[in-house]
Amino acid sequence: MASVSVRGVSKSFGSTPIIDGISLDICDGEFLTLLGPSGCGKSTLLRIIAGLERQDCGTIEVAGSKVDHLRPKRRDVAMVFQSYALYPHLTVSENMALPLRMRRLSALQRLPVIGALLPNTHSVSAEIKTEVARAAKALGIDHLLARKPGQLSGGQRQRVAVGRAMVRHPAVFLMDEPLSNLDAKLRVQMRGEIKELHRRIGVTFVYVTHDQTEAMTMSDRIAVMLDGQLAQVASPQQIYTSPADRRVAELIGAPKINLLEATPRGEGLLAVAGSTLALDSKLDGGNNITLGIRPESLQFAERAGLNTLTGRLRYVEHVGADLFAHVDVPGSSEPLVARLPVELASSLQSDQSVHLRVRREQALLFSADGRRLSEGDDQFTQLRSCAG
Amino acid sequence: MTSEQSATVDRQLRIDTGSAETLAGYALIGPALVLILVLFILPTGAVLAIAATDWHLGAKTLSFIGAANFTSLLADPAFRAALFNTAAYSLMVVPSTLVLGLSLALLIESGKTLRAFYRAIHFLPFMTSLAAMAIVWEMLLHPTIGLVNQVFAAVGLPTANWLRGESTVLPILAVIGTWQSLGLALVLFLAGLKAIPQDLYDAADIDGADGVLDRLRLVTLPSLAPVSLFVLIVVTLRAFAAFDIIQVLTRGGPGDASVMLLYALYRESFEYFRTGYGAAIAVVFLVIVIALATLQARVVNSRASHP
Repeated sequence: MASVSVRGVSKSFGSTPIIDGISLDICDGEFLTLLGPSGCGKSTLLRIIAGLERQDCGTIEVAGSKVDHLRPKRRDVAMVFQSYALYPHLTVSENMALPLRMRRLSALQRLPVIGALLPNTHSVSAEIKTEVARAAKALGIDHLLARKPGQLSGGQRQRVAVGRAMVRHPAVFLMDEPLSNLDAKLRVQMRGEIKELHRRIGVTFVYVTHDQTEAMTMSDRIAVMLDGQLAQVASPQQIYTSPADRRVAELIGAPKINLLEATPRGEGLLAVAGSTLALDSKLDGGNNITLGIRPESLQFAERAGLNTLTGRLRYVEHVGADLFAHVDVPGSSEPLVARLPVELASSLQSDQSVHLRVRREQALLFSADGRRLSEGDDQFTQLRSCAG
Repeated sequence: MTSEQSATVDRQLRIDTGSAETLAGYALIGPALVLILVLFILPTGAVLAIAATDWHLGAKTLSFIGAANFTSLLADPAFRAALFNTAAYSLMVVPSTLVLGLSLALLIESGKTLRAFYRAIHFLPFMTSLAAMAIVWEMLLHPTIGLVNQVFAAVGLPTANWLRGESTVLPILAVIGTWQSLGLALVLFLAGLKAIPQDLYDAADIDGADGVLDRLRLVTLPSLAPVSLFVLIVVTLRAFAAFDIIQVLTRGGPGDASVMLLYALYRESFEYFRTGYGAAIAVVFLVIVIALATLQARVVNSRASHP
C-alpha cells in the first residue's frame, strides 16, 4: 500500500506538449480516476507513473520515495492494459504466474530443462502455483487456468489481466481504460467487480478512462485532465455540482449541461435567452458570461414568471423514469434540454410553447474565459490534497 | 389453375432458374478451370506420362518402359549426388537465412535511424537477377584476382579456389543463396516485428521481463512464430529450386559436387536430350516439394487451431 505523488511533471513528444506541469497527490488506498477526452494526456501520465515513459521534468514518488530512476518492475506497481496485453502463447495460469516467476526464480531456474534440475525450483514453482490458484479462485477464473487467451471471452481476458496484476500484491494498481473493449452490459458488471476488488484489497488504484459514468461510479476522487493540465481534482459529487471550469461542466453529465450566453444587468439580474433571471450573485454589469444549467435544474412551469425561460418544444425523449424535453429558446442554436417527470408527457406536444423555471441555487456561471464565477472557495477545492 | 397445377409450375420455374444458375456458375469458373487444366494438370500429366517412356527430345519414336527410368535413377551416382547436394544446400541456406534474417531485423528495428536504408540495401539482392549477380560473385571469388582471396591472404587466412574445390563449392553456393534470400526474410520479419503490439512489451516490462533475452523469449519470438513459419516455407522451396547460380557459376562441377535436382533435370533433358529420364527427375522433384509443402501446411494448421 502506498501513496503516489506527481510533482510538476511535464512531457512532450517532439514539439507537441502532452502533459504540462501536473502535480497531484494520490492517497494511500484511494481510488483516483484520471478522466478526460482522448488525447488529453491521461494515459501518458499513467505510463509515466508506471515507468514505461520518461517525463521531461518533475518527479514521481511512490510511498514517499522517488522512483524516477527505477525501472517499471522495481516500482511496485501493476498495470492492466486496455488491450489486456496477455501473452497469447501462454496459458492463463502461465500468464498469471509470470510476474511471480520473474521475481522469485533466477534466469537459470526459468530455463525449461536445466531449471527443473536446480534445487528450490520445484518448491518455488509449487508455491507460485498455489498463489495463482488462489487469485484465480478469487476472480472466478479457476476453471480457465489451462486455456490460452485466444480461447477466452473479453470479460474473461479482462479478469485474467486483473489476476496477473493482483497476484503479486503490488502497492499501486494502474488501469488504462480496462473496460473500453467490453460490451455495455459486461462493462457495468466489471465496473462493480473492480470497485469491489478495490474495497477488498484496499491498495491505491489509479484508473484512466474517458467514460464519465465509470469515473463517477467508481472513484473516490476524479482528476479531470484537459489539454495536458489538471482542470479539477475533487470527489465525483463536487465535480458534478461545482465544476471549476466550463469545460469540466461540459465533460461531466449526460445529457450535457445547457450553456446559454448571458448578459449581466446589474443588481444580480441576468439577461438570458429573452428572459431576465434574478440570481443572487454579486454580478457586475458589462462582460458577457455563460450560464450553465443542468437538465435537472429546470422545472416545468405553467406560466412565465420569475426565473423562467420560455421556448418552443422541439421534441420529447423518453428514458423510462424521466423524459428529456428539447426546447428551442431564443438566442441559442442548440435546444435546451430539461429533465422532467414522466407524468408531464401527456401535456407536452411538439411546437407548443413551454416555460421552464431555473433552480437558481443550482445555476452555474462562467466568465468569458471559461472560469467559474462566484463561490470563490472552489478554487481551493482543486488544490486540496489527501488530507481534505 | 388448381393449387396442384400451380405447385407444378412453381417447381418447374425453380428448376429452370436452378439450371440457369448452374450454367452461370460453370461459365464463371470456366476460364479459371481451363487455365488450371492447360497450365497445371496437362503438363503434370504429360510429365508423368513421359517419365514412363524412353523418349529422347526430337526422336520420332518412343516406347513405354514403365518404371525403368526410376530404377536407373536410384542407381545413378549423379542423381544421388544431386539429391544429397540439394538437401545439404537447403540445410545450410534455410537455417542461416532464418537466423541472420531475424537477427538483422531485430537490429534494424532496435535502431532509430536509417531503417529504410538498411532495409533497402538488404532487399536489393532479392530484387536483382541472380544470373547477373553471379558474375559479380565469380569475380569476387576468382582464385587469383578475386577480392576474397586477396583479403584472406592479406590477413593470413587460407585461400582457396572456392568454386572449383569439391569441399568448398557447396558451402560457397549456400553463402550466395543465403545472401540472396536474406532480404526477403528480413522484410517479412520486419513486418512481423512491426505487428507486435507495444502493450505486450510494456506488460513484460511491468512483469519484470525487461532483459533483452526475456523480452525475446516472452514476446518477440512467440509473436513471430507465424511469420517465421511462412519464411521457412518460402526459403525452403526457393532453396530446393536453386538453379541459376549453378548454371552460371559451376555447371554442377567440379565433378558432380554442385549438381542439384533442378540442374540435373535440366542437364538430362536439354543437354543430353534424355527427356524421359529428365521427366522422371521432375516427378521426384515434384513429390519432394509437394511433401514439404503438405508437411508445412499441416504444421501451420495445427498451430492455427491451437493458438
